[in-house]
Amino acid sequence: MIPAPFDYEVAESVDQAVELLGSRDDAKLLAGGHSLIPLLRLRFARPALLVDIGRMDDLRYVRDAGEQLAIGAMTRHNDLQHNPLVQEHTPILSHTAGLIGDPQVRHRGTIGGSVAHGDPASDLPTVLTALDADLVVRGPGGERTVPAEEFFRGVFETALGPQDVLTEIRIPKLGAAGWTYVKFTRRAQDWATVGVAAVVRRTNGTIDAAAIALTNMGPTPVRARAAEGALKTPDDAAGAANVVAQESDPPTDTSGSADYRRHLATVLARRALEEAISR
Amino acid sequence: MLAPNFPGRKEDAVRRVSITVNGAEHDLDLDPRELLVYVLRERLGLTGTNVGCDTSSCGACTVLIDGESVKSCTVLGVQADGQEITTIEGLATNGSLHPVQEAFKDTHGLQCGYCTPGFVMATVSLLRETPSPSEEQIRHGLEGNLCRCTGYHNIVRAVQQAAGVGV
Repeated sequence: MIPAPFDYEVAESVDQAVELLGSRDDAKLLAGGHSLIPLLRLRFARPALLVDIGRMDDLRYVRDAGEQLAIGAMTRHNDLQHNPLVQEHTPILSHTAGLIGDPQVRHRGTIGGSVAHGDPASDLPTVLTALDADLVVRGPGGERTVPAEEFFRGVFETALGPQDVLTEIRIPKLGAAGWTYVKFTRRAQDWATVGVAAVVRRTNGTIDAAAIALTNMGPTPVRARAAEGALKTPDDAAGAANVVAQESDPPTDTSGSADYRRHLATVLARRALEEAISR
Repeated sequence: MLAPNFPGRKEDAVRRVSITVNGAEHDLDLDPRELLVYVLRERLGLTGTNVGCDTSSCGACTVLIDGESVKSCTVLGVQADGQEITTIEGLATNGSLHPVQEAFKDTHGLQCGYCTPGFVMATVSLLRETPSPSEEQIRHGLEGNLCRCTGYHNIVRAVQQAAGVGV
């Protein structure tokens, strides 16, 4: 399968990428290519111009920024999985990156590409939504920061404009919070039928705060506020899980019906909450 | 030069790239939509890398870019500009098989052999990152490669032999 013809430019800097994106009506950014190239091959995407930022190594970093970790958009899934700073401060991100695709995919795919793609079945957007991450975007009007929960707008739709480049992801450090991400796939390598991210902050047996977000339970990652509010003590995991699908609008497709997904979300949320509480 | 079998080639989009494959540098004029696997097979004649599913699933087209396994059906040739590619043809040295190749041969880690080059390359990358893997790490580490013949049993044994663990 061969993609339809397109022009190709390598951007040496973010500013140049912004400029190149503005040079044509239908230009698209190419990062690791592991979301875009499959679409090009199937000719679901037929951009006029690809602007390659995949080798921009100054966007490939993990930095300690005090309360947060700052992660460059071109950081690969394999980097997230193995980076000591990520493992120490946001272990849920290392764990989740290790569940994406397979080793070959993780060697190429990037956090920025995955986030900017806006696929509701992908794992990292859900985790970033649960963690209240901030996404740093540069466009023709300069730089702005968008909270993860406002970034995802619909299926393959994000807050990114046609000339915007996602440059950095800022994630609050987890500290002593309990966490996990669980997903159900029918086969190895599959996209999540449903995924659940859970972060639980505790003091002496009571739960101070919980963040729960769902993958593939709607057009964007879904924050399960009702379930978060229902989790007051470690004994509330099952009760909270029962209302986890309340705000969701899951799709029906070949992996499962909407009803099946609601049921699956409840089962996975109970497991996730029990694990996060005990961690 | 090239890709006579490439209908609708867009001449004004062609880019010159320099790719090192198995130690030899190649300067190529590529249509940006040419996938790396076809560059290897059809431009350079390195047909040891197989095309299986063409959808990033099966891993038959696995090669190394700068030492790391990738599926060459999901990389544009132009993305490999300036990088070092290793294919199955680049593993043997002075007529001696690479230890991973030797192990697949010894343990009969194959039946029809179609997926084997991809499995060997994925194994080389796995053992570089995890030199002494457990059986579970081997099975997860080869998750990106499908074999429809063996049931994976002898493939796992081959990796264990190559790693010098658990055999």
